Amino acid sequence: MTKRRSFVKALALSAALAAAGVAAPGAFAQDTIKVGVLHSLSGTMAISETVLKDVTLMAIDDINAKGGVLGKKLEPVVVDPASNWPLFAEKARQLLTQDKVAVVFGCWTSVSRKSVLPVFEELNGLLFYPVQYEGEELSKNVFYTGAAPNQQAIPAVEYLMSKEGGGAKRWVLLGTDYVYPRTTNKILRAFLHSKGVEDKDIDEKYTPFGHSDYQTIVADIKKFSAGGKTAVVSTINGDSNVPFYKELGNQGLKATDVPVVAFSVGEEELRGVDTKPLVGHLAAWNYFMSQKNPTNDAWKKQWAAYAKKMKLANADKPLTNDPMEAAWIGIHMWKQAVEKAKSTDTDKVIAAMAGQTFKAPSGITSTMDPKNHHLHKAVFIGEVKADGQFNVVWKTKGPVKAQPWSPFIAGNDKKKDEPDGKTIITK
Amino acid sequence: MRILITTICFLSFNAFAQDAKVVEKLAFGESDEQVEAVAALVAAGTPQAAEILQALADGELNTSGKRVLIVKGESAVDAQTGEKLANVPEDKEDIVVNNRLRRELGGALAALKLVSPDLEVRKSSVRELLANAEPGMLPIVRKALATETDAEVKAMLEQIWAALELKAGDRATRLAAVQKLGSSRSPATKTLLLGFLDAEKDEDLRSEARKSLQAIEGRLAWGERLGVVFTSISLGSILLLAALGLAITYGLMGVINMAHGELIMIGAYSTYVVQNLFRKWGLFDWYLLAAVPFAFVVSAIVGMILERTVIRWLYGRPLETLLSTWGISLILIQAVRTVFGAANVQVENPALMSGGVEVLSGVVLPWSRIVIIGFAAFVLLLVFLLLNKTRLGLFVRGVTQNRDMAACVGVSTARIDTWAFGLGSGIAGLAGCALSQIDNVGPNLGQSYIVDSFMVVVLGGVGQLAGTVYAALGLGFANKLLEAWQGAVLAKIAVLIFIIVFIQKRPQGMFALKGRAVES
Amino acid sequence: MNPRLSRLYGVRGWTILAAFSLLVLVVLPLLHPQHVSTYWVTLLGKIMCYAIVAVAMDLIWGYAGILSLGHGLFFALGGYAFGMYLMRQIGSDGQYRQPMPDFMVFLDWKEFPWHWWNSDSFWWAATLVIVVPGLLAYVFGYFAFRSRVKGVYFSIITQALTFAAMLAFFRNAMGFGGNNGFTDFRRILDIPIATPQARMTLCAITAATLIGTLLLGRWLVTSKFGRVLAAIRDAEARVMFCGYDTMHYKLFVWTLSAILCGIAGALYVPQVGIINPSEMSPANSIEIAIWVAVGGRGTLAGAALGAGLVNGAKSFFTQVFPEYWLFFLGAIFIVVTLFLPQGVLGLIDRFKARS
Repeated sequence: MTKRRSFVKALALSAALAAAGVAAPGAFAQDTIKVGVLHSLSGTMAISETVLKDVTLMAIDDINAKGGVLGKKLEPVVVDPASNWPLFAEKARQLLTQDKVAVVFGCWTSVSRKSVLPVFEELNGLLFYPVQYEGEELSKNVFYTGAAPNQQAIPAVEYLMSKEGGGAKRWVLLGTDYVYPRTTNKILRAFLHSKGVEDKDIDEKYTPFGHSDYQTIVADIKKFSAGGKTAVVSTINGDSNVPFYKELGNQGLKATDVPVVAFSVGEEELRGVDTKPLVGHLAAWNYFMSQKNPTNDAWKKQWAAYAKKMKLANADKPLTNDPMEAAWIGIHMWKQAVEKAKSTDTDKVIAAMAGQTFKAPSGITSTMDPKNHHLHKAVFIGEVKADGQFNVVWKTKGPVKAQPWSPFIAGNDKKKDEPDGKTIITK
Repeated sequence: MRILITTICFLSFNAFAQDAKVVEKLAFGESDEQVEAVAALVAAGTPQAAEILQALADGELNTSGKRVLIVKGESAVDAQTGEKLANVPEDKEDIVVNNRLRRELGGALAALKLVSPDLEVRKSSVRELLANAEPGMLPIVRKALATETDAEVKAMLEQIWAALELKAGDRATRLAAVQKLGSSRSPATKTLLLGFLDAEKDEDLRSEARKSLQAIEGRLAWGERLGVVFTSISLGSILLLAALGLAITYGLMGVINMAHGELIMIGAYSTYVVQNLFRKWGLFDWYLLAAVPFAFVVSAIVGMILERTVIRWLYGRPLETLLSTWGISLILIQAVRTVFGAANVQVENPALMSGGVEVLSGVVLPWSRIVIIGFAAFVLLLVFLLLNKTRLGLFVRGVTQNRDMAACVGVSTARIDTWAFGLGSGIAGLAGCALSQIDNVGPNLGQSYIVDSFMVVVLGGVGQLAGTVYAALGLGFANKLLEAWQGAVLAKIAVLIFIIVFIQKRPQGMFALKGRAVES
Repeated sequence: MNPRLSRLYGVRGWTILAAFSLLVLVVLPLLHPQHVSTYWVTLLGKIMCYAIVAVAMDLIWGYAGILSLGHGLFFALGGYAFGMYLMRQIGSDGQYRQPMPDFMVFLDWKEFPWHWWNSDSFWWAATLVIVVPGLLAYVFGYFAFRSRVKGVYFSIITQALTFAAMLAFFRNAMGFGGNNGFTDFRRILDIPIATPQARMTLCAITAATLIGTLLLGRWLVTSKFGRVLAAIRDAEARVMFCGYDTMHYKLFVWTLSAILCGIAGALYVPQVGIINPSEMSPANSIEIAIWVAVGGRGTLAGAALGAGLVNGAKSFFTQVFPEYWLFFLGAIFIVVTLFLPQGVLGLIDRFKARS
């Protein structure tokens, strides 16, 4: 009997606790604009996403120091969805309904984005997504500041086909088994077919998440490369690239024989790796830390100072990478759009975002496409240097417009280059 | 590289006045011009040319304004005139070398080194050229063949000669070349012959080529089989190291330690710390010698602290131990994340663990894995000796078989428990040290190995080391064989299902021992 | 009072149960959405689904002594079974405007795989929700209990089972959406989900299921069946020597528990909006055991309480201490197993006993 009563009491208590927890940080001050930061600070994605939270907070400090937005200071609301996808949706709903943020900067994996998408569309929120992804999506409530496949994967393959890049004739498409590699490889296969490469010269392989034993796969690559000049396109997820590269190095497969281009390996991922055996392998991004231009130099200095001031881990060796740059661009463009629209109302900001420009650390002036919610980005191919930085060996002549609906997937020719005006059916 | 032929045809091997234009093209030109410049320098064959090419390959060729410099540390030499500069200019910039140029450089340098007096240098050049040879190098190869004394190098030079003749020369020469190539062991030759088959029209030549290809593929197949065996043993040795500590703590004490993965992770981070220390002291290549005992001790201490504070209160309640050690693992992960950061940390292989040994052509066995296999065997031997030849081991076995009797006879069971747990944790630390050489070191390292460790322990049965060894090797083989057949994901699933089914048939694992833990 | 009812709970117990039902089934719908936002309703719904799983787990662990570290698998399977129906209900409103789910369109599949047969029927989906976890549990349990696999070994192989299933479901070729799973749900029975009324209804149905599960469990454990079960937990060998076939008892409660988890999963998915293979991860299943341990095992209500407390704490800590909440969660595990073997309910009982 006592158990029944205490059960109800305890349930009420925990509900009250949670409520208090929610109410406490949100002492609603009318003269700030709340901004949500939705990145995993624990769990498997913490490695990649923690720096995005930090760079977003740095941008907020920077904007506040310059007077804020519309005369009000920005107030960050940081939550930790812990690499748990349902928790992402719950936290997104909390940010939008409880904390009443004006905009959310967040997500990394496609799953997390797909799990919060219905929430943003239902509540008409605004999300800025800074990571390269597989495309095949275009939502009115999201601005995608990372690369679509035609701004990363396809130029990389074109480079490897060219004389400059080694003239590859056979291709190993190696990825972790999830949507981003599968979609990218599908697009690449269609692209290779269009360039006359046959299926017998394409080898598609997938490994599970967290796979670390690449002996067999490297041996297979060696065997496959005996049939002709081979290049490897790696969509291996994040830090699984490290054991892959180590195995490549140890088995003596050099970049001059079989070059490997990766789309998920940047300066941060190379931090934990002995880069000497990897010299010459490639990555394709829209930004590299080693790029020399005044905007980048200033930004890197600012980041180094911020990391030191906030005593972030790894402040002794501060690195910047493409998703950080995309997050930086995104939050500044949002600020500009709000000032242009003179309001933080979602629909007004969406309209004002069209055509926004910003001087990006990659050296170009980044432009937000007037219709398709993606940035025009220049593509850079970099080779790994012994010190873990990248040498830019090739770049596109100018910014490339994104094609979120890849022309290489059947049926995409019917898609429009702008978000559908669809709304969640509530009736 | 056709440019190389033409250049060599028209130039002679006379002393070549450092043509400033060539060096300028090398430093400032477009990619095609750089390749031409490399060819010109190879054709010259002078020591200065070799020096410039080597400097470019090592990243020591810089530009400063319009000048081209070779910069070694603090001294700078003008590449075109040879004059030494007073100090290194501030505005020096690197010359970007991409894969294509690096490949050309590799071939060029190898060609220039073919006549080096050092045998090792000649061997490595000749191996390099097996894949990279171009017809323009024929004269150099002929010259080297004429003066070569070492049989192995001579054989490889003849292979290169044949490979080059395949592309040039009349029908008879090409036929002889194809037949000669049949005795090769190199996958590069296979590539060459496949290309030849594509381009060649003559039927006789094609059938000869096919015969040679078959011979080569037969030889290569042996290499692949050896490769599979090696990778299986390598995976098995890693599983063994990871699971051995768990087998001891669980088998001998009945404690299921969900924090075992984190003890592995702590061993890996200890290695990282030692590596940094040694790097600061300039003794980088020796850090592993210190890291091994350090990782053991740190993990053992952490394990013993855990045992004293948490686990000892939970004896006889294996399921609660499971849950509380899971909580410990969460805390350990977060603690490491707070101290070292969420990102992976860099643990480099020392020189002795880098690279590999080429056993058969095309089969390279990485040193790091060979060392780890040896290390696993060594640890196994030590544990065996410890358990069977020492007093501590005697007590541990006694407590396992009958705790009450051992206590009656005067064994301090509480202390033995602590030592045994420390031993198991220390071995986990050793596993972490080994893993740091081939895998990422990050807060989630332990999570990737915990399920595998459990499977090995459950499959092998508890109480006997032999079970763990057989289970680890067996799983290594099963995994690799299946992977070669069906891919990594299905292999892992199949192995897990096999274990589930196996346990239904033999619930106590392969080598069951009547131990305290069995009776739960 | 009716003797059968009083066997389940006393007067005080029934009153409190009725109060809870009143709160969630009558008061809350009235307050929502003006005074209580959708956020709370979905959060409550999610926690109640977890509570159902915890009660199911308590049935096998607290009363039969079987610790399963793979129960998340049955939860996820129920979720996937219902998720297939929800994906069909999206109809042609997906990204590609095709009658097939988006992930099938981009994988270039022209027709549904065999396991999607009849997935547009609500009743078929409901059947699958019960049959799939139940059948898997039955087969697995039959072989495991027949071979007398017990204790830690059993726990470890349930881990292996859920891990293998997770790896399998991560594969896109399985036809379950791979890593992206199922998401972007619109309707159930052609009624839109995103409305406050629909969300409240789901929450209410979950509450009713929770109450039903509690009553069912209570009825089971206070019957003769329950007594045999407790005896098996305490001394299985003796029960066998008394002539009972323990395997049937364990198998029955194991399968029932799996079915309850499946139903909870089916209720969970439309409220949370996504299902993906990480629900099958070993870590999730271990957490279920912790909910039961925290609340108090061997008391069904304790399990539900534990689920509420731990998940409430998680939501609280990830917000207030985003950098350190794992410390708190880990500490909860340790403290509860060391000092609160009877869980929170046990603690409350001790206080009552002392005063």
